[in-house]
Amino acid sequence: MKIGIPRALAYYAYYPFIKTFFEKLGLEVVVSDETTKEIMDKGVEDAITDACVPVKLFHGHVKNIKDRVDYVFVPRLVSVNNEATFCPKFLGLPDMLECSVTDFKNMLEVRIDLKKKRLRLFMLCMSVARKFKKGFFTAYNAYFKALYSFKNYAHQFLQGGIPPLGIVAQRKNSPIRLGVVGYPYMLYDPFLSLDLIKKLINMGVYVVTPEMVPEKDKLKQAKKLKKTLFWTFSNSVVRTAYHFFEKRCVDGIIHITAFGCGPDFIVDKLMELEAKSRNMPYLTITLDEQTGQEGLNTRLEAFVDMLKIKRTKKEAALA
Amino acid sequence: MRKVSFPYMGTSYIPFNKLLTALGNEVVLPPRPNAETISLGCKFAPEFACYPFKIVLGTYVQVLEAGADTLVSTGGVGPCRAGLYTTLQEKILKDLGYDFEMITLEPPGRHLKDLIESIKKLVNTRLSFRDYINIGRFVWKQLTLLDKAERLSHKVRPLEVKKGETTRIYKKCVDLVADAQNMTELSEVEREIELLYEGIDKKDFDPVKIGIVGEIYVLLEPSANLEIEETLGELGVYVERSMFLAGYTVSNAVMDLFHMAGERDIKKLALPYFKEMCGGHGRESVGNAVHFAKRGFDGLIQLSPFTCIPEIVAKSILPRVCEERGMGFLAITLDEQTGKEGVRTRLEAFVDLLAAKRKKAKLMQKSQLAKEMS
Repeated sequence: MKIGIPRALAYYAYYPFIKTFFEKLGLEVVVSDETTKEIMDKGVEDAITDACVPVKLFHGHVKNIKDRVDYVFVPRLVSVNNEATFCPKFLGLPDMLECSVTDFKNMLEVRIDLKKKRLRLFMLCMSVARKFKKGFFTAYNAYFKALYSFKNYAHQFLQGGIPPLGIVAQRKNSPIRLGVVGYPYMLYDPFLSLDLIKKLINMGVYVVTPEMVPEKDKLKQAKKLKKTLFWTFSNSVVRTAYHFFEKRCVDGIIHITAFGCGPDFIVDKLMELEAKSRNMPYLTITLDEQTGQEGLNTRLEAFVDMLKIKRTKKEAALA
Repeated sequence: MRKVSFPYMGTSYIPFNKLLTALGNEVVLPPRPNAETISLGCKFAPEFACYPFKIVLGTYVQVLEAGADTLVSTGGVGPCRAGLYTTLQEKILKDLGYDFEMITLEPPGRHLKDLIESIKKLVNTRLSFRDYINIGRFVWKQLTLLDKAERLSHKVRPLEVKKGETTRIYKKCVDLVADAQNMTELSEVEREIELLYEGIDKKDFDPVKIGIVGEIYVLLEPSANLEIEETLGELGVYVERSMFLAGYTVSNAVMDLFHMAGERDIKKLALPYFKEMCGGHGRESVGNAVHFAKRGFDGLIQLSPFTCIPEIVAKSILPRVCEERGMGFLAITLDEQTGKEGVRTRLEAFVDLLAAKRKKAKLMQKSQLAKEMS
C-alpha cells in the first residue's frame, strides 16, 4: 500500500517522524515532488485567493501526489502542547481541501491533538496503525523508531546543521551571525524562500534559525509576553527573537513571512517594536508566489553589507 | 476618577457607556469610525493587520487624544487573532508615547480570576448588591431593545414606500433607548419603538431574502461594512444577520462561565462541513449558512476583513454549502480601500440575479402546474 505525504506545511516541521513511522509500519511512503513552479501554479488554481502561499502550496502538493498513491496523509494539527494551538488554517485544512480540490477521495485525515493527555501521541499512532491493520508490536516498534529519528533530527539542528536543506554544518568563523526566524514551512522550502538560507551562507553568514535554539532557552523567554500567543510556531518564532535580543548572540534578525499570513502581523510587529527598543538591525521579508529573485538578492546583500560595515566600525572604535 | 474609553462597535456604546458610568467612571465616548479614524489606524497598525484592528487602533488614538487614561476591551482565547489585539495595541500605543492603562476583559471560562481582577479596577464607587442587579437588568434591557430596533428595521426597510424613512426611524429609536434613564422609561420606549415602526407606510410584497454571515466586528459595525444592510434594504431586500450583540454576549460571557458552548445547534449544523473549532466565527458562519438555507433564503453574503483567518477557512467551504442547497453566494472582503460604490454595484448585480432565479423557479412551477392540469 502506498501512502503519500504532501511536501508542505507540517511536513517541514515533523517529516522525520511521519516518514519513519509509516515506513516502519511497512507501507510504501511517497513524498510529493520538491516544489516547482508547476506545483505552485496548480495550488494557486484551486485554493481560495485569500489564503497564504503555504496553504496554496499544500493544495498543489496534494494534487501532485493524489493520483499516484492509495492515501494522502493530511494532518489536522490542533495542538502539540498545552499552551497553544495552530493557526486556524491548519485546523481547517482537511475541510478546505475537501471543498476546493476536485476529485479528492483518498484523504487520510488524522486529527492530532496532544493537549493535556499523556501518551496521546502513542495512542494516536496506534489508532493509525490499526487503520492499516498492523499489529501492536509493529506499531510499537515503528513509534519508537520514529521518535528516535525525530530526536536525531532535532539534534542535528542544535549542532548547527539544517537537515531539510542538506546542510550538515556551517563555518563557525563566519564574520556575521544572522538570526533567520520564520515558520519551518517557509524557511526550509527552497522554492518558496527562494533559497534564502543558502544564499546567506554563501555570503559568509552563519545562519541561526528557531529550530537551532534549544527549547529550554526559548521557554525562558515565555514570560516576557503578557499573554502567550495562540499559535505554536509563532510562539517559537517570537521566543527565539526575544532570546536573540537578550543574549545579543546575533548581529541582526531577518523575519521571513508569507503574504497574508494571519498570525504574523502580530508576531512581526512585536519583534519590530522590541528590535527598535533594543537597537538590533531587523529586516522583514514578505514572500508570495510572485516574489522575484533579484529583488530579494539586492535586499539581502544590502542588509548583510550594512551589518559588515557596522561591525568593522565597531572593531575600529575598539582598537 | 478614571477616564475610561472603549472600542466603538455598532450601538454597543450605549449600554457600555451606561454600565461604566454607573460603576463610577467618567466615560470618554468613542467617535463613530470615520475617515480620520481609519487613516490613523492604518498609519500605526502593521500592514497585514485585519480591518477591525486598524479601526480600533484609530479609535484608541482619537480617545487618548481626547483625554482618556484607561482603555477597556475584550480578550479571547484564540486561535483567532482578535484575542491578542490588546496585547499588541498596548505596545504600539505605548511606543507612540501615550500613557494609559489597558484593561482586557477575558472570557470567564478560562480566565475567571483575571476577569474579576479587571472588573474590580473598573468599579470606582460603593454599590450595594441591589445596585448591581439593577444596573445589570437595565443594561441588558437596553441591549435587547437595541437589537430589537435593528431587527425591525431590517424587516421593514425593504417594504417602505418612502425611501430612507426606516433609517430615520431607526436612528430615532436608538436615541430614545440612549436617553432612557430608568426601567419604566425603557418599557415605555419599547412600546414606542413598535408604534414607530408600525407607523411606516409599507408595500405588500414578498422581498428577496438574503442572510449575512461573517466576522463579528464587520457585521455589527455599519461604518466598517459600508452600511451594507441599509444598502440592501433600500434595494428591496429582506436582510437577516446571523449575529446580534445580545446573543453574542450570552454565548461568550454567560455560557462560557459554565463551560458550555454557545449556539450549539448552529455548530451542529456546520459539522458535516466543518469538523473543528477554528476560532473567530468561521464555524458559526458555515452553520448559519445551513440554517439560512433551511429557512428558504435566496442568497448568502459573507463579510470578512482582509486576511481574516477563520473566515478564509469558511470562505473555501461556503461555496459548496450554498451550491448544494441552491443558494446564491457572494463573498465581500473589506479593508480600508473597499469603496462603497463598488460594493453597491456588486450587490445590485447579486440581487438582480437572485430575483431572476426566483422568477424562473416560479415560472417553472406554473408550467408544471399547467401540465398537470391538462
